[in-house]
Amino acid sequence: MQGISSKQMALGGVALALLIIFPLLVDSSFGQHVMILTFMFAMCGVAWNVMGGYAAMFSFGQVAFFGIGAYASSFLLLTFNISPWIGLVAGGLISALLAAGIGYPCSNLRGHYFAIATIAFAEIIRIVFNNWKLMGAAEGITIPMLKESLANFMFHSSKLPYYYIMLAFLLVSIAVCYWVSTSKMGYYFRAIKESHEIAKVLGVDVVRYRLYAIMISAFLTSMAGTFYAQYILYIDPESVMIMPISVQIVLVAMLGGANTVLGPVIGAAVLIPLSEYSRAWLGYKGTGVDMIVYGTLITIIAMYQPEGVWGSITNLMRRRK
Amino acid sequence: MEQLAQQLVNGILIGLVYSLLAIGLTLIWGVMNVLNFAHGEFLMIGMFISYWLYSLAGIDPLLSIPLNAVALFLFGMFIYRFVISKVMKGPALAQLVVTFGISIFLANFAALIWTPNFRSIEHTLLSGTWDISGVKLSIPKFVTSIGSVLTSLGVFWFLRNTRIGKAILAVEMDREAAVIMGINTERINSLSFGIGSALVGVAGALLATNYYIYPFVGGSFSLVCFCIVALGGFGSIEGAFIAGILVGVVQTLGGYIFDPAYKLAIVFAMYLITVWIRPQGLRGL
Repeated sequence: MQGISSKQMALGGVALALLIIFPLLVDSSFGQHVMILTFMFAMCGVAWNVMGGYAAMFSFGQVAFFGIGAYASSFLLLTFNISPWIGLVAGGLISALLAAGIGYPCSNLRGHYFAIATIAFAEIIRIVFNNWKLMGAAEGITIPMLKESLANFMFHSSKLPYYYIMLAFLLVSIAVCYWVSTSKMGYYFRAIKESHEIAKVLGVDVVRYRLYAIMISAFLTSMAGTFYAQYILYIDPESVMIMPISVQIVLVAMLGGANTVLGPVIGAAVLIPLSEYSRAWLGYKGTGVDMIVYGTLITIIAMYQPEGVWGSITNLMRRRK
Repeated sequence: MEQLAQQLVNGILIGLVYSLLAIGLTLIWGVMNVLNFAHGEFLMIGMFISYWLYSLAGIDPLLSIPLNAVALFLFGMFIYRFVISKVMKGPALAQLVVTFGISIFLANFAALIWTPNFRSIEHTLLSGTWDISGVKLSIPKFVTSIGSVLTSLGVFWFLRNTRIGKAILAVEMDREAAVIMGINTERINSLSFGIGSALVGVAGALLATNYYIYPFVGGSFSLVCFCIVALGGFGSIEGAFIAGILVGVVQTLGGYIFDPAYKLAIVFAMYLITVWIRPQGLRGL
């Protein structure tokens, strides 16, 4: 991984400045909503990338961490009146612990076996929450209304604060992913991706670094979950714990190009507006036409863009040099 | 005690159907290393074919088994030829995602043209229950599982005694060696996908006699079948057969002892514990 050139810095700065003034120019509530969701899935995609892209641990169960993040902060706020910001950290820690709990027994699993294990794990979590009375079971939790403030992580008059908080979260996760990819750990992850055996021979503690990957990924995903709960103000297992969310996260990372820091951001920028607008246009009758389009879309993406958009762009640029 | 025996019987009955479904899935997985997320949706299509044949033409689901097998065989070959084969050389992730896309498409398309309603076939050739010293045996379910066993045995026989079957096993063991021996692996891929789908078609016709038929019926079957296949071991047909029965029994007994709401959670937990101890599955190498 090379350092960032000054040209890239300038490009990044311009992109960030555009994102910061975007909601001031575009006053559409739906437009801002789509942007917020895009940032959120970009963050989840970046988090997925830490384990899936760098260490080739294809998780199809990220929604478990997302859901736990949402439930942890909501439960703490509802029952003990604890600030969602503390809930955010608590949820992240619980998710990371659970990630270690599932990651350890799965430390020898690769490829499909690992993917199925993550699905099984996420389904267990969903079934448990669906029946857990304390957590509202299938009825879910309505987050209590508080006064609008940053400290309360709640805003009623405008979506703008949510927009900027989510943007900040996304930047944090990008920073974490960049740090991981340039650190020694990132090289260990890549070694593990190539081959467990060779990594072991080279002295990489495979089990431990796989645990690090899944724990970092879980913590970040859980943060996005807490954000979602505070943004929508109502959660239930059907909205924050179902498998399609996990798949959406994988798609975002894959479409953008796994194992690049910014790939998932590009992926989310393409996929989320597409699926949100097609839902808004086609889904209003509840016929599922939007889902048919979505299914077709991801099939086509996987067939014709398997290396991701970002991967194709960088390949092209490399060839030009 | 009688209750327990009843649950055990129910578990074995559903487990045998799982076995048949899982054999179809493991055949595809073993030969081409593709995990078909749309397996459950293929089952849904099979069930609907039987349903329409029954309600429009009065053909009993049991008689529609061969038709179903042929229809799904062709459908599977079609999907392989035009979609799956395109991603075979791509990254593993793309293969996972492509079949997921197909499954979303099929389920929602079915919901669009047939509505999401639950349907069922009321009067088949089979109905009623046997009572064996207190344990009730529903005849449609019994015939369904017998049909599943016979079909599974048929697959075993086919793979071991026909040229195509042996070629499939050869590709499953070592693709490159099979190519050197002159086996057309592309043709074997598409045949295996077709046969795997045909088995789902048979299961669909059998299940249509005693199960609700609706566009989203596949989802729960897919996930359970993944666990069974991985539990049985990569591409192992015998493993899938044994694991299918095991999962059926664990699911019903677990649901009976703990809480029916948790029956799938128990199955998934069993999967996690098993692969922890044996990462290659029960019968994997």
